Amino acid sequence: MAPFIRLRSISKHFVDVVAVDDLSLDIEKGELFCLLGASGCGKSTLLRLLAGFESPTKGVIEIDGQDMGGVAPANRPVNFMFQNYALFPHMSVTDNIGYGLRRAGMRGTELAERVDSLLKLVRLHELGGRKPHQLSGGQRQRVALARALARRPKLLLLDEPLAALDKKLREDTQFELVDIQEKLGTTFIVVTHDQEEAMTLAGRIGIMDAGQLVQVDAPRRLYERPKSSFVADFLGTISFVDAVVASCDKTSITIGGDLNICAACDDDLPVGAAVKLAIRPEKIYLSRTKSGNVNEIEVVVEDLAYLGFATNYRVKTASGQMFKLQQQQRRSLDAPLSWGETGYVHFDPQDVIVLQD
Amino acid sequence: MGRMNGLVLSLGALGFGILYLPIIIMVIFSFNAGKLVSVWSGASLKWYAGLLKNDQLLSAFGTSLLIAVWAATIATIFGICIAVAFVRFGNFRSRLALSAIASAPLVMPEIVTGLSMLLLFISMESLFGWPSGRGVDTIIIAHATFGMCFAAVVIQARLRDFDMAIEEAAADLGATQPFIFLSITLPVIAPAVVAAWLLAFTLSFDDLVIASFVSGPGSSTLPIVIFSKVRLGVTPEINALATVMIVVVAAAVIGASWAIRRRLSSRDQNQ
Repeated sequence: MAPFIRLRSISKHFVDVVAVDDLSLDIEKGELFCLLGASGCGKSTLLRLLAGFESPTKGVIEIDGQDMGGVAPANRPVNFMFQNYALFPHMSVTDNIGYGLRRAGMRGTELAERVDSLLKLVRLHELGGRKPHQLSGGQRQRVALARALARRPKLLLLDEPLAALDKKLREDTQFELVDIQEKLGTTFIVVTHDQEEAMTLAGRIGIMDAGQLVQVDAPRRLYERPKSSFVADFLGTISFVDAVVASCDKTSITIGGDLNICAACDDDLPVGAAVKLAIRPEKIYLSRTKSGNVNEIEVVVEDLAYLGFATNYRVKTASGQMFKLQQQQRRSLDAPLSWGETGYVHFDPQDVIVLQD
Repeated sequence: MGRMNGLVLSLGALGFGILYLPIIIMVIFSFNAGKLVSVWSGASLKWYAGLLKNDQLLSAFGTSLLIAVWAATIATIFGICIAVAFVRFGNFRSRLALSAIASAPLVMPEIVTGLSMLLLFISMESLFGWPSGRGVDTIIIAHATFGMCFAAVVIQARLRDFDMAIEEAAADLGATQPFIFLSITLPVIAPAVVAAWLLAFTLSFDDLVIASFVSGPGSSTLPIVIFSKVRLGVTPEINALATVMIVVVAAAVIGASWAIRRRLSSRDQNQ
């Protein structure tokens, strides 16, 4: 079966910028897909191309097997939820939600019932008579969602749906959004620059940079097994070690020099090849005394930040290699290492990511 | 700090004094019982009563009102068109030329506008027989022409702040362009449209220079009648008339700003 959404070699050029550059992507029906990237990476443009507000300079967009070339936004089985919600300020919540339904010719009790069920879906059934300016940020977000879902689109596009909410509210709303998506089974494409949001929401994430998709994968794979140092660095915190392969036997590689690190590896790498090793901070263990583990290195504490639930460290080896690591405070009476103290770090070879770019 | 405040206060009082003292004096003398405009001889409402019996003034008032309503309405409609063209159509050909043409009447001396309008109407009449002579219709056309530039400026400012995403949302929900304009854009910019209409109305209502060029027999506006009366000497009756005009214009302006303020404050309170 053909994928539900198919982008084939899409490019979008504005006067002097290439916003989307020869991008191809398939999305399955019912998926919650996140486009993640820094501002200006082309993710919003891609969303507007899908909505039909812009047309691609090159390439084909297919939705549910139908070529979208020349199809106006109103005639696509797609609705859009805007970043600042774009509610109609002079209309009540009910009229906002009913706007698209009226355009589709729905009137009377049918209209009232549909609007009512949408209000219930987003838990706003008592606020139908309010104007947008009489609502809180979170309520406005829910009106925008209900309005975008009113015409029962096959695909819902959400541009930074939670960016305008404060942190606490954002966390609750994330789960609510996922619940609604699962209940309706509508395909969602969410654009965001917030990686935590993308990780929470998405089944799959596409990371964009300079108009191209760098990697498309499930959140866990993107974090644990990034394919490039860009993705590794973009998602969360990571320490890089520039290294040269000293030996490789298809299951592990060793690098020489002043640091002797062992890493798990599926690829056959020639001896002498330049690689980049990357290690996540929570995968690095810090101790006061030598433990005798593999990949143990003596370090000096350069910097630390106490976060309550954990402490972030920046440690330095004798050769000047920096590691960023995070240590959980499991026992509150542990005496942590302090500035300038010497300790030992170690990490599992399985947790070392080998990058070849 | 205290000295600073004193200076600011006295400068402010001086400024407002220069602006409003003559008006206050005029209003006071409109209640003067005597015939002299500068000698107080007791209070009376007789000049106001006289106004109501003066058919010439009453009909001029009616003419002015009719002209101002029509001119303001036409000016606002064209002003919306100009504003939409400038804000929404990006860099179309001859944009610069149109913007110069549209804003020229803002700085053009009224006497030039009035004279050129008069010459236009005369040559139009000799070319295709319309307008036959000058009257209410020619004043409406002239007032609408210069009023629409002011209207366009006011509406443009509001339209520039307009969040385009709102229109895109309407398009996304299946609305067509004309319907979006009527159901979304126009209601959102309504306060600016009302303000533009009121501005065009007051500009037309108190215009003397242009109206004197393009008016004809039987179409004397209130300012024209007042001006011709003043040439025979200022009477307390004129003072009374001017006071009525102040009340009408002030009521319109205060009413409009109250309406807009109420909209804004109900928005603020609930945020």
